[in-house]
Order: sequence, then structure tokens, then C-alpha cells
Amino acid sequence: MKRVALGLLALAGIAALTVAPRAQTAEKGMVIAYKDDIATLDPQVGYDWQNWPAIKMVFDALLDYKPGTTDLEPRIAAAMPTVGDGGRSYTFKLRSDIKFSNGRTLTAADVKYTLERVLDPKAKSPGAGFFADIAGSSAWSAGKAKELTGVKVINSSTVKVTLSQPNAAFLNVLATNFAFIVPKEEVVKAGADWGRKPVGSGPFTLQSWTSGQELVFVKNPNYFLKNVPKLDQVTIKVGQDPSVAYLGLQRGDVDLLGDGIPPANFLQVQSDAKLKAQIVSTPLVNTTYVSINTQVKPFTDVRVRQALNFAINKSKILKIINGRGLVATQILPPKMPGYDSSYQGYGYDVEQAKKLLSAAGLSKGFTTTLYTNSTDPNPRIAQSIQQDLAVVGIKIELKSQASSTVIDAAGTPKTAPLVWSGGMAWTQDYPDPSDFYWPILSCRSAVQGGWNWSFACDKNLDALASKADQMTAPAQRPARLELYKKLYKTLMDQAVWVPLFNEVRYTMHSARLIGAPTDLIDPIHNIAFERLSIK
Amino acid sequence: MRFLLGRVVQGALVLLAVSFLTFGLGVLLPADPARMVAGPSASVATVNSIRRELGLDKPFFEQYTLYLTKLLRGDLGRSYKQSASIAELLISRLPATLLLMLGGVLCELMLGLPAGVIAALRPGSLWDRATMGLAFLGISLPQFVLGLGLLYVFAFIYPILPLGGYGTAAHLILPALTLGIGGAGWYARVVRSEMLEVLGQDYVRTAAAKGVSRGGLIVRHALKNALLPMIAMVGSDIGVFMGGAVVVESVFGWPGIGKLTWDAIRVVDIPVILGVVQLSAVMIVLGNLLADLAYPLADPRVRYD
Repeated sequence: MKRVALGLLALAGIAALTVAPRAQTAEKGMVIAYKDDIATLDPQVGYDWQNWPAIKMVFDALLDYKPGTTDLEPRIAAAMPTVGDGGRSYTFKLRSDIKFSNGRTLTAADVKYTLERVLDPKAKSPGAGFFADIAGSSAWSAGKAKELTGVKVINSSTVKVTLSQPNAAFLNVLATNFAFIVPKEEVVKAGADWGRKPVGSGPFTLQSWTSGQELVFVKNPNYFLKNVPKLDQVTIKVGQDPSVAYLGLQRGDVDLLGDGIPPANFLQVQSDAKLKAQIVSTPLVNTTYVSINTQVKPFTDVRVRQALNFAINKSKILKIINGRGLVATQILPPKMPGYDSSYQGYGYDVEQAKKLLSAAGLSKGFTTTLYTNSTDPNPRIAQSIQQDLAVVGIKIELKSQASSTVIDAAGTPKTAPLVWSGGMAWTQDYPDPSDFYWPILSCRSAVQGGWNWSFACDKNLDALASKADQMTAPAQRPARLELYKKLYKTLMDQAVWVPLFNEVRYTMHSARLIGAPTDLIDPIHNIAFERLSIK
Repeated sequence: MRFLLGRVVQGALVLLAVSFLTFGLGVLLPADPARMVAGPSASVATVNSIRRELGLDKPFFEQYTLYLTKLLRGDLGRSYKQSASIAELLISRLPATLLLMLGGVLCELMLGLPAGVIAALRPGSLWDRATMGLAFLGISLPQFVLGLGLLYVFAFIYPILPLGGYGTAAHLILPALTLGIGGAGWYARVVRSEMLEVLGQDYVRTAAAKGVSRGGLIVRHALKNALLPMIAMVGSDIGVFMGGAVVVESVFGWPGIGKLTWDAIRVVDIPVILGVVQLSAVMIVLGNLLADLAYPLADPRVRYD
């Protein structure tokens, strides 16, 4: 017994001697904590809210957004491109003072290589589809061409991109991380490990990556923009449970909660004067919705779909998520160009819902199925919808499953009558209204494995969107947005969705971390590390 | 020797069956890995192209044969989601898991054995009831409650230990304790009942009558016999901890295999899942083999011919 006790004592001694040092940060460094590991830093591959801001530290695009706006400005490009050929071609002049962190100057050939890489099936880029309008893309992707003919290197600092058809959102596409410029020699050298050994021209460089623990980024001393970045170092700690990260923030180990405030602590934080000062919130450019499968009876009848829109109490659902959202009246979220602030939507009106159902011959009600992702709070939100619909006589059977299973059922024709999008809500890829149409509401997305879970396909709307997307001149923009307003109004009349709410993201930062709310929660880049600083 | 050979062949067959079953289950999953890799923004054409690149459009047996040939050559493939090879991921995570396992087993033994012995010495006493009550609590406390509770007290209110993470001995204490306390409870109860049984046996009474001291009785006769079932328990715990440390690893941010598995399951990263299952199967087979080998050493009555 004595020996055991002695052993324990010795262990305690070791522990006392090795009590962990506080998170080691450089003088002007910050620590952000996430639950999940960063999957990849390959800009052509990584694409989720956690990868993107990390990738953005290491790489740059030709264009970027003016902070806090949806307006594009030049970044690697020296100026906005000259548009020619009726909106079919863009000629970019590059800055001459940009170097990759391996010391080589970035040239027009790198732009060409990058765009070829996105469209190369071997790179397995999830964003390849966005670049399909570049002339010659299908021949290149199919391996039938030696080069991507739509991208021409004019000289070392000039590159011309030609499209097969005008696309008003193409410059937005060039500002996504899929088009972040990569140096060929480093991609080739790193091979399959490129996603872990990124070399770019961005404001930071990756110093170290310890799998399952942390990634350390340090300032790029030769960065071409003055006063960017302000931090010397950014440490991304991964594998941190949100509750533990929250304690770490209060203890001074963590500066920013990557996964936000844990739901269990949300009310406590709100009521604590000191902690409340460290909260920031920004509405995300996304819409959560219930998709209504227009191929499944009785939802083939527009009156039934409209009845659903009247019958669901959206304010009640906001209470379930502690008010972290805004009631959605329409498909586009408020910060998206083309959002119609004068449009009021359906509103909560049980009587109207009942009237529409009896007009459709369903006054006795019917039974149908609602699919939901099984992670909290989504089943609770689905139950709230279930209760609301019971009031008008619609009996709902809930199918609560892993998100991958829900996505599979939802993307299969004539399978899932109703799907609650919670956890899989549509969030902008870039701030252009076409991004809420082509991927999720157009005919081309109403296919097996697509994201058009309503299987809505209206050829007239496709034509309208195509027409709008050909209006590429800046002067045409207001008229273009009007066309999109009309398009989304029509979709709301057809009631293919019940838009529920637009998420408002809340997070907490340490008292020493300084940044505008739209930098700490940037609606476009998620976090603008390059603009944050330390007291 | 013959026995050992038989066990090794049996183990190899088990591993083959495991590879087939897990691979089959991965294919049967009602989720499309290609779409999970591609994410929501990808067009259908892009998803199809990714499916082709991953080789997921090939027939099942062709996929399995390819997987198995690579596996036999030691190539576990690459993660769909993370840009790293499975071998690299497992190797980088294995030390942390092994360390946690060791810490957990040590905690089980260091807390469970003395508690069981103390309880068995005076059955029915306050000591006995208190220890067994605690053991019961230890078994039934969910690990995430215990883990967060320990963190809250020892890393936040009294910040003497680190708030999760990995690196020094201090980092190991709370996770090992969280992992080991449940098992310690089991061990305490098993040791107690084994001890009581042995202490009531005739040969122990004979030994006592011959004048063996009480200490000698307990250590040399009772405890030695009570330890036998422990060997099997530790052996199987190795398997359990391999897959069961998920909660502890998540709460403490411990960069082990459990966390890797959990993340892989959520995004249907099948190669990672397969790799982890294969590794766990190997560990379990090895754990059982070691326990089989340790038995005759501890108990001369057990002998393999």
C-alpha cells in the first residue's frame, strides 16, 4: 500500500513540475480554437467555413472584396480587368511586386496554371463547376487538350481569360479560394501532400502543422500590402471541445472561439456584463429552409405548398435557437444583392393555410415525411414544424438521420417529400444572386445527386437567369438585380421552399483581440485574420 | 508452440474477415463519399468526376481486391477529406492513443486494486461500503461529464493542470483519470469478490493455521489468485480503449485515434475508417494473444500443449 501511495505522490510531483505553460504566442499573436481539424490548405480543394479563412492566410486571388462590402477590388491584379468581346473576355494586368514565399515572382503563367488545375479532374476540385464557362474547359477536363485555351498568357504580367458565354458572376468566381494563385513548382514538388505543405503569396505562411493539435501561421514579412497583416502569428488549435475552448478563452489561452459560443453557455454569457462585452455577432449570408418536393403528391399542387408557408411559425423556431437568427421572408438573405426588402412573404396565418388546403381538397389533412439532420437543435426544430403542421391537419413522420444520409435521400428524385435544411443551409459561395439559383433551384440542379431538393424546374426561370447573367456591364447591374428579384418572387409564388430564418453567428473574443465585427465574423471569408490585431 | 501458431492463423483470418466486413459496410452506407468530398457547392458533373478519380465507380469486388492488394503491401490509401495518407495519420495519432491507454490502464490498476483489496479485508464495513459506492459511481458516471467536471475544477477554478491538450505529463493526468475511473470501479468490484472467494477457501485457512501472517495470506495467496481475471480484463481494455477513448479524446483535445475516427465517420471518410478499424482489430488480436501468453506465466495450472 505504501508503495502505491508513494507512486501516486511521485506522479503528483511530476505533474506539479510540468504544469503546462500558458499557450505560447508570439508578442503579437493570436490563438483560435476549433473542434475539428483543418482538412486541407489546398485552395483548389478546401471549401468549408473552417478551411477558407485558413487558406486565405496563405494565398491570394486576382480580386478580393472591399472590407465589409460585396464590391470587388484588385488584389494580385493591378487594376480591375478590361472587359471585351461583349462580356466574354477579361484582361488582367498583374502587379509586378508579388512574390511567392519561396521567393519567386508571381507571373501570368501562374494564373493560367491555377485555372488549369481547378479544371483538372486529378485535382478533385469541388469548385470545378464554377469555372465551366471558361472557353475550352470541357476539352481540357476530358484530357483532350494540351492546354486550357480560354486562358492566354499575353506576357509575364498580362493574362486574358475568355468565356464561352458571358457570365456576370465570373469575377466573383475568380475571387473564390478555388482561384487562389498557386506556384506550379511547389504543387509538383509536394505531390499528394500539397494540401499540408502550401506555398502561396498571401499575408501569412504556414510554419508548422501538428496533426490533431495545431497549425501555426507566421507573418509574411515581404507582403505587398502595407499594414497587412497586423498580427505576427496566428495559431489555430484544433481538437478543442467548444465548452473547453470557452473556458480557455476566459483563462486567457484562447483569443477567438472558432466554433462560436457553446449553446449551453449562451444565456449565461448574455447575462454576464463582463463576458457580454466580448461577444460579437453578424448575420450570415445564408437561408435555412424546408424544401418541398414538387414531384411528390400532394405537393404537386401549389396551394398545398403555399399552405405550408402560412402554417409554420418561424418566430417560435427562433426561440429554439436562442434568437440566433432573423425570420426569413424570401429565398435570398438580406445581405445578398438582389434581396427585395419590400417583399413581405407569407407570414404566419393558420386560417389562410386551412383555406388553401381545403381548396386543394385536403381539408381532412394528410400524412407525409420530414427529413432532418440528427444533430441538435435540428430535431427540435423539426418537431416544432411537426406541431405547427398538425394544427392544420398535416401529420408529419420525422426521419432524423446523419446529414450524409439526409443529403442522399434529398437529392434522389421523388424520395424525400420535405427536408429541413438545418445544418446544411445554403450559404453563399460568393455574393451574387445567381449563386442561390443555379446550384439549388435551376433545372440543371434538379437531378439525381443535385442540391435542388424541391426538384423545381422552370425553363422560363432558367431563361430569365441566363439573360440576367449576360448583363455583364457595370451599368447594367441594377437592371440585372431587378431580373433576379423577379425570378425569386416567382419562386416564392411557386412556394418551392418555406424559408425559415437567416442565421446570425455569435462568437466571443478575448479582451486583447481587436477587430471589427465583420472581420471577426466576415460574411465572405468567415474570418479576416489579416485585419485583426492584438492590444 | 502449436497453440501459438493456431492463434496467429486464427488472428489473421479474423483480420481478413474484418477487412471484408468493414469494406462492405462502407459501400453499403446510404451516403455517397464522393458527394461528401465535393461539398455542397459542387455541380453534379464535378461530383461524378471526383467519384471516378476516387475509383468509386468500379464494381465492388474490383474495389475490394484493389484495397486488399494495397493493404497487404502496407498501403492503407489516402484520406478522402484530409490531404494526408492514412498511414501518416495513424502514425501521427498512435503515440497519443497508446500513452492515453497506458495512463488509463495504470489508473485502473492503481485505483481499482487497492480499493478492491481494502474492501475485501473487512466485508460489510463502512470502508467496504464507501469504496464500493465510489466504484459504482465511477462506473456509472458518463465520461464527458466526469471529464468536463475535472477540467472545470482542476484547470479552471484551480488552474493547476492544463486545460486539455497534449505534450507534458501534466496533460496526461486528467484524461487518464477520466478514462481509467470507470474501469477502476470494475476492477475494484472484481478484485473484492475474487478476494472474498479465495479468502474463504480451505487452503487459505490451512495456511493461516500453519501460521502464515495476515499480510502474507493476502498478498501471496489471495491477491495472486484474484489477479488472474485482471489479465484478461486488461487485455480486453486495450481493445476497448482503442475505440472507446473517443469521448475522452474529444473533451481533452487529445490528438489520438478516437478523435480521428469520430471525425472520419461524420464526413464518411471511408479510407480513414477502414484504416482505424484494421488497426483496432490488430490491436485487439494482439491484446488477446498477449493475455493468452501471460496466463501460463501467472498461473502454472494453465498450460498450452
